[in-house]
Amino acid sequence: MRVSEGLTRPGAGGQSPPTGEMFYNEALGDALRLEMQRDERVIVIGEDIAEHGGAFQVTAGLLDKFGPTRIRQTPISEIGIVGAAVGAALTGLRPVVELMYVDFAGLAMDQIVNQAAQNRFMFGGQARVPMVLRTQGGSGRGNAAQHSKSLEAWFAHVAGLKLVMPSTPADAKGLLTAAIRDDNPVIFLEHKLLYRTKGQVPEGEHVVPLGKADVKRAGTDLTIVTWSREVLFTLDAAAKLAEEGISAEVVRADPRPGRS
Amino acid sequence: MNTIDRASALELYRVMRTIRAFEERATQLFGENKIWGTIHSYAGEEAIAAGVCAHLRDDDWITSTHRGHGHCIAKGADLGKMFAELLGRETGDCRGRGGSMHIADTSKGNLGANGIVGGGIPIATGAALTAKQLGTDQVAVSFFGDGAVNQGTFHESLNLAAIWKLPAVYVCENNQYAESLPVKRAFAVEDISKRAEGYGIPGLHVDGRDVRAVHAAAAEAVARARAGKGPTFIVADSYRHEGHYYGDPRKYQAKDEIEGWRRLFDPIADARAWIVADSLGSAADLDEIDREVAADLDRSVAWADKGPLASPIKLPEDVYAG
Repeated sequence: MRVSEGLTRPGAGGQSPPTGEMFYNEALGDALRLEMQRDERVIVIGEDIAEHGGAFQVTAGLLDKFGPTRIRQTPISEIGIVGAAVGAALTGLRPVVELMYVDFAGLAMDQIVNQAAQNRFMFGGQARVPMVLRTQGGSGRGNAAQHSKSLEAWFAHVAGLKLVMPSTPADAKGLLTAAIRDDNPVIFLEHKLLYRTKGQVPEGEHVVPLGKADVKRAGTDLTIVTWSREVLFTLDAAAKLAEEGISAEVVRADPRPGRS
Repeated sequence: MNTIDRASALELYRVMRTIRAFEERATQLFGENKIWGTIHSYAGEEAIAAGVCAHLRDDDWITSTHRGHGHCIAKGADLGKMFAELLGRETGDCRGRGGSMHIADTSKGNLGANGIVGGGIPIATGAALTAKQLGTDQVAVSFFGDGAVNQGTFHESLNLAAIWKLPAVYVCENNQYAESLPVKRAFAVEDISKRAEGYGIPGLHVDGRDVRAVHAAAAEAVARARAGKGPTFIVADSYRHEGHYYGDPRKYQAKDEIEGWRRLFDPIADARAWIVADSLGSAADLDEIDREVAADLDRSVAWADKGPLASPIKLPEDVYAG
């Protein structure tokens, strides 16, 4: 079976919604704002997310709109923050954690792997853990060894987690919206070099479903499945292949879609 | 003033006796190879779970530990479903997936035993955050041992709860050993409850043998949390009658210590003496409770043993929601 069979194509089959040009980090903030307006159970919790607006300015402006109890800035306590989000998610909130760098996940790994990911299974389906852990990885900014890693393989190996890695501003908004609405713990891994990339983003509610491959370029000779910033490189490569008469399909997929 | 009337005293006794008898029955089932994996007996620490949970409603939350049967019982779990869980049956609280070390009963606010020492502390903190965020008067209690106090989760969680004034109660069951390490070799402070000062919250140190003392401290802490005044740290001194786990050779303990302390630290014997001395109940009343508890356990084990084994084929069902 070809990978592209049965795929969803955003916008296909209907009227395209109005779009506006946005940076990737602004698109993420737009998703947070809309979901917080829509559901009072959604809170954001993390370091430097209030007045400072987050290390990558994703939460900029949200403090003024939602106040300090829903934009809950924390001390530097990664396992405390992630664990509190697990407990909050188990009991009725839908927390979105901002973990400043994926490199800090080691500090919180027990709560991610042994608690968030496994609670539902261990409890025989009695519990849901609807939380999102937003973080960012990748190198290329000269941040050196402890702030430049790509740790998606760690999370991709953990049953119970979903792992999502958006490539464009539109993906960022639509996938984050879907992640917040999902009833499972979702690791939402952004890329530090994508925050200042621009693209057209649908205005208002925009949902890109989790766990469904997203065809970025149609092609008939081969299929390349990738995620995050690699999608952009792969589209460039596909354009070059087209010049040589090779038709490559490019698909963005979630590295761990989870079963749903 | 925290007074305990006859009905409450007999109920505390019943809960404690149920926990002890449950542990004896679980140990027996383990010895018969009916329970797989491992179990950790709560015998000797019954007064803590009973005294604290007496103040909690079904919609209050707890997080528990690997030594979690007592918390589960005190929070109102069904004994048949608990045994079914330990026996790996589909009819158990967690469909047999959790077993002894991950038993949970969310219908009674029990967010689970935990195989990671200190793993439940931030989770209870998050539950308390939910109550605060949604403006309810629910309370979250985290039970953990002396070993967990030296985990980072303890520090980070108590600090978060203190700065946010969360409705949380942190209960350290100091049973004198972190697995095999004696408490004196794990702490440079004599009184563990002093750590509360570092977070700017009250610290209470009680005799965990004495269910009245635990009950009084928990009354204060739970009332404080419900009133929105923030968290409390309680340290209850206790003694673990059994080893860390079933079959623990206990090479780190002298035989005379085990035998002597078992008698010295027996919260059930103490509760009997107190109830009779204060004329809250007679020895005959207490013996009758013992018989009722034993009969209840017989029924529960028989019911649990009829349940179908958890099916390996169905295991993937609960990995993801939706």
